[in-house]
Amino acid sequence: MSDWLHHLTLLPILLPMLTGTLLLLSSDSRHAPRIALSLFAVLLQLAVALALLAQADGLLSSPWPTSIGVYALGGWAAPFGIVLVVDRLAAAMLLLTATLGLAALVYSIARWEKAGVHYLPLFQFLLMGLNGTFLTGDLFNLFVFFEVMLAASYGLALHGSGGPRVRAGLHYVAVNLLASLFFLIAAALIYGVTGTLNLAELPQRVAALNIGDRQLFDVAAAILGVVFLVKAGAWPLNFWLPAAYGNTVPPVGAIFAILTKVGVYALLRIGVLLQESGVAPAPFGGTWLFYCGLITMAIGTLGVLGAQKLDRLAAFLVVVSSGTLLTAFGFTGTLLTGPAIYYLISSVLGSGAFFMLVEMAERNRQQGADLLAISFEAFGMEQRHDSEHPDEMVGVAIPAAMAFLGLSFVSCVLLLTGLPPFSGFVGKFALLGASLASLPHAPLLHVGLFIVGLLLSGLAGLIALSRLGIRVFWDMQRQSPHLQWLEAGPVAALLVVCLWLALLPEAAMAYCAAASQSLYDISAYIHSVVPLPPEVTP
Amino acid sequence: MELIFSLAVGIMAAAGIYLILRPRTFQVIIGLSLLAYAVNLFIFAMGRLRHGAPPVIDPRLGSDPALYTDPLPQALVLTAIVIGFATTALFLVVLLASRGLNGTDHVDGREPEDE
Repeated sequence: MSDWLHHLTLLPILLPMLTGTLLLLSSDSRHAPRIALSLFAVLLQLAVALALLAQADGLLSSPWPTSIGVYALGGWAAPFGIVLVVDRLAAAMLLLTATLGLAALVYSIARWEKAGVHYLPLFQFLLMGLNGTFLTGDLFNLFVFFEVMLAASYGLALHGSGGPRVRAGLHYVAVNLLASLFFLIAAALIYGVTGTLNLAELPQRVAALNIGDRQLFDVAAAILGVVFLVKAGAWPLNFWLPAAYGNTVPPVGAIFAILTKVGVYALLRIGVLLQESGVAPAPFGGTWLFYCGLITMAIGTLGVLGAQKLDRLAAFLVVVSSGTLLTAFGFTGTLLTGPAIYYLISSVLGSGAFFMLVEMAERNRQQGADLLAISFEAFGMEQRHDSEHPDEMVGVAIPAAMAFLGLSFVSCVLLLTGLPPFSGFVGKFALLGASLASLPHAPLLHVGLFIVGLLLSGLAGLIALSRLGIRVFWDMQRQSPHLQWLEAGPVAALLVVCLWLALLPEAAMAYCAAASQSLYDISAYIHSVVPLPPEVTP
Repeated sequence: MELIFSLAVGIMAAAGIYLILRPRTFQVIIGLSLLAYAVNLFIFAMGRLRHGAPPVIDPRLGSDPALYTDPLPQALVLTAIVIGFATTALFLVVLLASRGLNGTDHVDGREPEDE
């Protein structure tokens, strides 16, 4: 039994890979079994993620000696073999991926899955890439899983086709291909200088470098940091993001809400590892990252205020949450990391729900759209064609659709702008509290800027969302849209999860604090991965 | 050898970056390919340039590491080539789709007005 448990770490990667392959091989006409298989695989991933989380938190007996689980692929020990590492933070991200993945998948069954080919396998490969990036313990596999994730996301971003979507997708693909090439340069340079790609072995190797090599390493780390900032959507590297995210089909937009957080996660993981051992160059932390995050937040806020369409607004909200996280990680001291992880979880779930809700709310707005088209023309914007609605509604429509939509919209607004009673409020409140608590160490200017930025971005979100909300919901000409349980259910479920996170915050907060603590305890991480100091044999 | 090698990497990277900044999608894809070649060569060079040294242990030569070149960058470059090839092919499809749907090969999906 314990032998079996040991292999649990591999399942989040293996499971979607096998499922995706099976889905590729099966013919499109077998509709029901394909959907059943996808759902089953995601449910299983959810269960595995829950089990890993319980193990990392010590609730379940684990086969690992410490709270950090290390799985050596093929049984090769760490400095030479490839390792997967699961600690509290990685387990939380796995659970977040599976939760969001399940909601997006259920939502897409209703209609979007049929809007193009190979949606289901691509979805599984995206999950595989995401899980892999959270689990991997070395730099090159981080690159490989990034690529798996991105390759799947290219396909999904273009799902449903159409001119504007392909145009935005082209930019998305080009920027990310370029970023991947830079990632390769950085990884190769780091290997060339330090002779290792293992994240746990890196700090001590870097500390032993001579001055010339050290400068080369700093260059490599800076390039790596820039790559992660591109993925995280940090200003000035995020101009591709709103168009690409805003033009995807809704369930894809929902799962994309976590893609930027992958960049944030990599930045945090590698940044902490380098910073705590005192070898981190600029992009991984400190004042530089703080201001970068602050500007990202400001740009996102301006975008939110200026957005004329709800899906574009949702994309800018993703930028704002990325900016908030980067600012929090750039803060002096480590107090903000725990609350920031909580905020990350809440904002990903919230933006995921919002992306799906937006499409439901905008459905059946064709009559109103004519009127709006004039004002769109005045702003020089193009109205999106409704070519992506592939077929008429089938299935059972839920009653009181407008009431549900309105309630969910208000909930989403409260959640995303950080008002009670949702988890966004708890997250922002904890961030504010932590920033004030770190006042003796952090400069007063930073604390002030952070608080003002956080509150202003929330206020701007509230203004923009109510403005667009009034336009969408109090439109006299609209009919009540047909909603299916399959579409309403996931949104409601995500909102309930956020409500639960807010009403019982102790457990989640304690977990996030523990995750941040074990993240900063890098000697535990290093010693779990590389048990013995590497011997130097002549 | 070092000079020729670094010149090759540098010129390809420079040409690639120039082409990426051009407005036509075909130029961008060629630029990306050239840059990918430069990066692949760069990864290869990170194992140090050695002439005539095998990467795999040869029983006749013995196990002295000084006789061999670093095999890891060669493995990395293989992975990078495969991934780069796949993503470039994917980009090509997006490029053709964009050409078909938007009727132009400009990267913005429409011709600039001032031309």
